Amino acid sequence: MKEEQLLEMIERYLNGDMSIEERAKFEALRNKDASINEKLAEHKNFTGLLKQYSERLDLENRLNAIHNEIDVHTLKEDLMAHPSLIVQLWRNHHSKISVAASIAIFAILCTLYFTGDLTNKDPRFMELKREVGKLKQSTENLNRSQNNLIHDIKYDKRFTNPGNFRGTGFALSSNGYIITNYHVVNGADSIYVQNAEGESFRTKIIYTEPQYDVAILEVNDSSFKNLGTIPYSFKKTKSDLGEDVYTLGYPGDEIKFGPGALTASSGFRGDTTEYEVYIPVNPGNSGGPLLDEKGNIIGVINGKQTQTSGAAFAVKSNYLLKAIQNIPTDSLSKSFSLNTKNTLAGLTRPQQIKKMRNYVFMVKVYNQ
Amino acid sequence: MNKQIDLEIPADSEVIIGILNNSDSVLKRLYLAYFPMVLQLILNNNGNEDDAKDVYQEAIIVLYNKVKRGDFELSSKLKTYIYSICRRLWLKRLKQLNRYGGDIKDFQDYLPVEDEIEKHQDKDMQLNKMECALKLLGEPCKTIMEDFYIHNKSMQEICERFGYTNTDNAKTQKYKCLQRLKKLFFQQ
Repeated sequence: MKEEQLLEMIERYLNGDMSIEERAKFEALRNKDASINEKLAEHKNFTGLLKQYSERLDLENRLNAIHNEIDVHTLKEDLMAHPSLIVQLWRNHHSKISVAASIAIFAILCTLYFTGDLTNKDPRFMELKREVGKLKQSTENLNRSQNNLIHDIKYDKRFTNPGNFRGTGFALSSNGYIITNYHVVNGADSIYVQNAEGESFRTKIIYTEPQYDVAILEVNDSSFKNLGTIPYSFKKTKSDLGEDVYTLGYPGDEIKFGPGALTASSGFRGDTTEYEVYIPVNPGNSGGPLLDEKGNIIGVINGKQTQTSGAAFAVKSNYLLKAIQNIPTDSLSKSFSLNTKNTLAGLTRPQQIKKMRNYVFMVKVYNQ
Repeated sequence: MNKQIDLEIPADSEVIIGILNNSDSVLKRLYLAYFPMVLQLILNNNGNEDDAKDVYQEAIIVLYNKVKRGDFELSSKLKTYIYSICRRLWLKRLKQLNRYGGDIKDFQDYLPVEDEIEKHQDKDMQLNKMECALKLLGEPCKTIMEDFYIHNKSMQEICERFGYTNTDNAKTQKYKCLQRLKKLFFQQ
């Protein structure tokens, strides 16, 4: 039987167009051949789908017609009247807003971190320890072993690399106690001091007083020789405004003289433990002595103001003395007594400096 | 004008009987009664009025077919049922559009209607396939198919309309058209 004829029979059967005999015959055929049954079901299903499709189309058209009668715009206005614009914005965009806000917070934190505002340090205050260039250090590293060998053999002296940080320090006693700033030696792995002749000596920290920015070092190096009597003494009373003062320090490789005057009796942000001095100082001057005309130590240079030129700060000598007194006796391996006799008083400035320079050291700090 | 119609909400049983009787006026009253509710739902959940129209009409179709099939039981209010269907459909749409923010602002109670939506969407896909197939079929096959299978016209009428010399020719043509339509439908 041809497909076409079979289909026509199926259609007639489904539409009920068959006579009773035909129907009986077709049903017998259905029982005999299962494939006819399958075809019948498939055809019924397919034409059913066609019908459903047209019904759906019809219904959609009816619904569209009804919809067109609604004034959607007015209805929308009525319904949308209550939430305010801001609420609406938030509702529609809250995920985007959240992302943007977190990025902004992150950016602000990054900026604060990199500008240093997140730390307690005020960017207007600058500690005067000197960071030695990384490039210089790497080239020095290359030369160091060679240099060391040559110098050790030739001069029996030790020239070492310049260190990661530098500051200045000065002798408290002839047997090798040296005072410098706490911020210079903070976090150091090892500390060397270098005198005006370029000889380096190993030292260790024996005492620190962070609130006054003071650190006391002790030289423990066999090649260190007694310095001889210290020519200066510490001034116990307060110094007056307008006094001529000067400092010695190692902002570079050589000792430098810095003249100036005492300009205020309180330091950065009214810190009463410090003087403000008008003096040219640079990174590396930290820990240097501040002397008055007569050669009395009146303070230790520890920082400068970055936004005002010429304003430097020095820890007052009475706080230095306090710190020195606080040194626990069992951390002193040698006898330690402060010099009280000033032998610089009658000398001219250049003569004072000539005597002083042997007692001022470059402090070289190494850390990883 | 619409305001007044809006307020007049037809009784649920009235709607069921109306749908079964193919009543146009009941369909219209049903449509007008619940559209504002759905519009409110969609507008407040990242949609516009066109989205509301699509979702609402689909929901009405689901309800309509369910009633016509005879398996609609009035276990809940019609309003809740329509709202649930619309809510579910809109959630699905939002997910497809990647506009779903994780929560939806609700205005009514709702029922779980996932199964029904699944069923409806399967059917919908088949009907869409049929639509495409009919479009691809072209004339005169499309009209022959529609006249014979949808409008239940006799071969005699079709024969006259298309000017075939006898019904056998028309039958052959109809058979060929049906085979092509089936092929187009199952190819997709």
